[in-house]
Amino acid sequence: MAQNDTLIKGWQPVIGLEVHVQLMTNTKLFSPAKNQFGEDANTLVDLIDLGLPGVLPVLNEGAMKQGIKFGLATNAKIAETMIFDRKNYFYPDLPKGYQITQLHYPIVRDGVVEVNGKKIRIHQAHLEEDAGKSIHDKYDDKSVIDLNRSGVPLLEIVSEPDIRSASEAVEYLKKIHQIITYLDISDGNMSQGSMRCDANVSIMKPEDKEFGTRAEIKNINSFKFVEKAINFEIRRQIKILEANGAVEQETRLYDSIKDETRSMRTKEFANDYRYFPCPDLVPTNISEEFIESVRKDMDELPEEKQERFMSTYNLNEYDAGVICADKQIANFFEEVVKDADIQLAAKWIIGDLNALLNKHDICLDESKIDAANFSELIQKITDNTISGKIAKEVLEEIWITGTKVTEVIDSKGMQQISDEGELENIIETILNENNNQVIAYKSGKDKLFGFFVGQVMKATQGKANPGLVNELLKKRLS
Amino acid sequence: MNFKEQRENYRLKKISAKEAVQESLVKIKNDKLNIFINHFEKQALANAEHIDNNFNDFKDKPLSGIPIAHKDIFCTEGLPTTCGSKMLENFIAPYDSTVVKNCLDAGSIMVAKTNMDEFAMGSSNETSYFGAVANPWNHDLVPGGSSGGAAACVSANITTISTGTDTGGSIRQPAALCGITGLKPTYGLVSRWGMIAFCSSMDQAGPFAKDAFGCAALLDAMASFDEKDSTSTKREDINFEKSLSKDFGTLKIGVIKNIQKLGISEDVINAYENSKTVLSGLGHKLVEVDFSELSSGICSYYVIAPAECSSNLSRFDGVKYGYRSKGEKDIANLYMNTRSDGFGAEVKKRILIGTHVLSAGFYDAYYLQAQKVRRMIKVKFENFFKDVDLIFMPTTLDQAFEKNRKSDDPNRMYKEDLLTIPANLAGLPAISFPNGFKNNLPIAGQLIGKYFGEDLLLNTTNKIQGVTDWHKMTP
Repeated sequence: MAQNDTLIKGWQPVIGLEVHVQLMTNTKLFSPAKNQFGEDANTLVDLIDLGLPGVLPVLNEGAMKQGIKFGLATNAKIAETMIFDRKNYFYPDLPKGYQITQLHYPIVRDGVVEVNGKKIRIHQAHLEEDAGKSIHDKYDDKSVIDLNRSGVPLLEIVSEPDIRSASEAVEYLKKIHQIITYLDISDGNMSQGSMRCDANVSIMKPEDKEFGTRAEIKNINSFKFVEKAINFEIRRQIKILEANGAVEQETRLYDSIKDETRSMRTKEFANDYRYFPCPDLVPTNISEEFIESVRKDMDELPEEKQERFMSTYNLNEYDAGVICADKQIANFFEEVVKDADIQLAAKWIIGDLNALLNKHDICLDESKIDAANFSELIQKITDNTISGKIAKEVLEEIWITGTKVTEVIDSKGMQQISDEGELENIIETILNENNNQVIAYKSGKDKLFGFFVGQVMKATQGKANPGLVNELLKKRLS
Repeated sequence: MNFKEQRENYRLKKISAKEAVQESLVKIKNDKLNIFINHFEKQALANAEHIDNNFNDFKDKPLSGIPIAHKDIFCTEGLPTTCGSKMLENFIAPYDSTVVKNCLDAGSIMVAKTNMDEFAMGSSNETSYFGAVANPWNHDLVPGGSSGGAAACVSANITTISTGTDTGGSIRQPAALCGITGLKPTYGLVSRWGMIAFCSSMDQAGPFAKDAFGCAALLDAMASFDEKDSTSTKREDINFEKSLSKDFGTLKIGVIKNIQKLGISEDVINAYENSKTVLSGLGHKLVEVDFSELSSGICSYYVIAPAECSSNLSRFDGVKYGYRSKGEKDIANLYMNTRSDGFGAEVKKRILIGTHVLSAGFYDAYYLQAQKVRRMIKVKFENFFKDVDLIFMPTTLDQAFEKNRKSDDPNRMYKEDLLTIPANLAGLPAISFPNGFKNNLPIAGQLIGKYFGEDLLLNTTNKIQGVTDWHKMTP
């Protein structure tokens, strides 16, 4: 099973990820309180989230549908009957003293995703409630608790230990991110904690039959840190084993400032969570009809969208793939091409727009670019109002200010000069000023044609219609 | 006076709700049996006036103008709900339980909340933080538990109806020891929303009254499908009071084979035999059923109930509400000392047992085995009910016992529930009614019915009470 290209100093890393995804539902998993981020502390809290005596949970069907969508998107088995369990432990931000989760009968099991042509199996995905938040740094003498997050629905996606390198782990995580955002079941925002990741890491010799002892790294909150934390952990374990030591089964925390993992608790002190079926929730049967109704309601998946873009918009596989990698961009593309040229729009999105997004490391909806304005930009290129070169300047401008394309062009006088008389006059002047070159060109130095075009563009500050300049020059010089 | 007469008097305007409430309040204030944890004079009188002022709106409601006492396990908005524990001594719930709300809507007036075993764990009402309750028939004896206060309240004629909860017999056993009628409904008939959980998979609220009639009217008020309780069952509405006069024809009633082997007292057996004669006299056919697995129910129960309670009571940690120990330097000490001081001995014992049986390495041996036994008993009942309409057996092994009973057997108290637990394990409805009197104390029998067969249970008990007088005796 070992792949030689992933060996590090002769050791084979073996990695499994547990990804917690906060689901975007209207209300919490078991209470009618609103599920939102960024509200004032303890304002999104129902009797149920407080764990008051006598309260009872009621399952949010919306969260169940989202779990099923994920299962369908990963070709997984959807449970005929799912059962919620209680995971018992004491913590101040866990009001009931137990978390309701799914242990033996999760909503989804045996899924698979493909990362760079390799299949990575998903062991299961289960529904559970999030805990509240303990805040230790607000006051000197006390810790406080915010229960807004208490009861927010999570889908925990547990992979099989099929991942063989830190970079593959990141690719897998990006794939999961793509699926959940495509399904619109989560915003997948890692910095706000709506997607969090635990990594199980062990190493073995390629010839070993059994995996090594694993360490679990908890709560990693960015793609970058996933890669760094896993790589640190692999190096740490190699160092231990090469010194004839033994890796301890333990839970570790990643410190992104020091770029290291540190022991949190060893197996000896591992919690006994005393799981048992939650008696307040009856086993939930999920019928074929229900699953079909969810399937009908499902948004298009990345691969489906890519194929559709290839057939509908006649894009090549590569272009369609790049555009469909991000759902926001794919939707943006479809808006833009309602009025603009398809191939040109694709070229500009894949090229200049993507470059700007990457350079500033933001996603499209965080930028000032909207589809209608971008479409206008493409149309202005197509109808020769502006040249491609000028269009780049306009794009830079609307990226910064968000101003309408037409306003930018008007206010800066960027319109392309397509008036034949005007261009003929300019050409005439330039040819007169460069008599020697004209003679040289006519005696066979064809390359000088470009020189004349450049001079015209220079004289018009790039606004001359290049096609027309070519045509007129050829006519004048023939 | 029983419930039926009291309601009739109100409907005929012979007595106002306010007068009825005042009568109950006088008795509550004079109570020497420690039946109540709190009473609510101001709120009760205001409520009674509201009902009197809107006589026409309330007169046809099942509980019109009736003072009622609720077991202190039901949350009441703005008023204390202690669950018999120091942990919740000063706890005021911000919401009403569905049972309390249903009873209010049905025209009753809550006058007080009754004493109970702490968190409903006990069979004698002696585990209450607020002290033991005396049995109205003999003040040196216990009233049973855990709904001991609720049963004593009706037995002592303070109110004509009261609510209780039954997890392993907590309605039927005190009803038996206090000489009144009490019904544990089918699991899922009455909403558990706002009822403080002990063992969620068995807890079920039900009515106390002198007779089947009062229980039927109170159950009409209590039962409802509740979206807030996922274990609540949607079913066609049955009017229990009306079903009392329905003719169910000749019934086949299962009676227990070799019942003398279960360690039941001679007096209780005699009363049981007597009742069999009564049932035959009413035209019913008695058939013996072999229920030799009955005793194993108790083993299953005392694994599952502590397991669930250990989890249900985790929320009482001193962080959010309820008792909190003072001056703790860290969270671990806050948890330990809050829970050590806030819970009584019996509750702590069950939390420890429950924690143990769910622990890694013990779960399969205890919890899973107990669930198997539970399923076996359920199947046993299902097989019985292929042949019979009802099952009849005594409610308790013996009559009311003395407070602080000494025993060499540490499980003696748990055996109190031997005959009541099977119905809880299976989720079946069962009714206990007085069926004898000896040593100046009541004796009781119970009928167990099919799922949602409360109408037949109440109807049959009502017919028995039409030809016997045990339920009319008062202390």
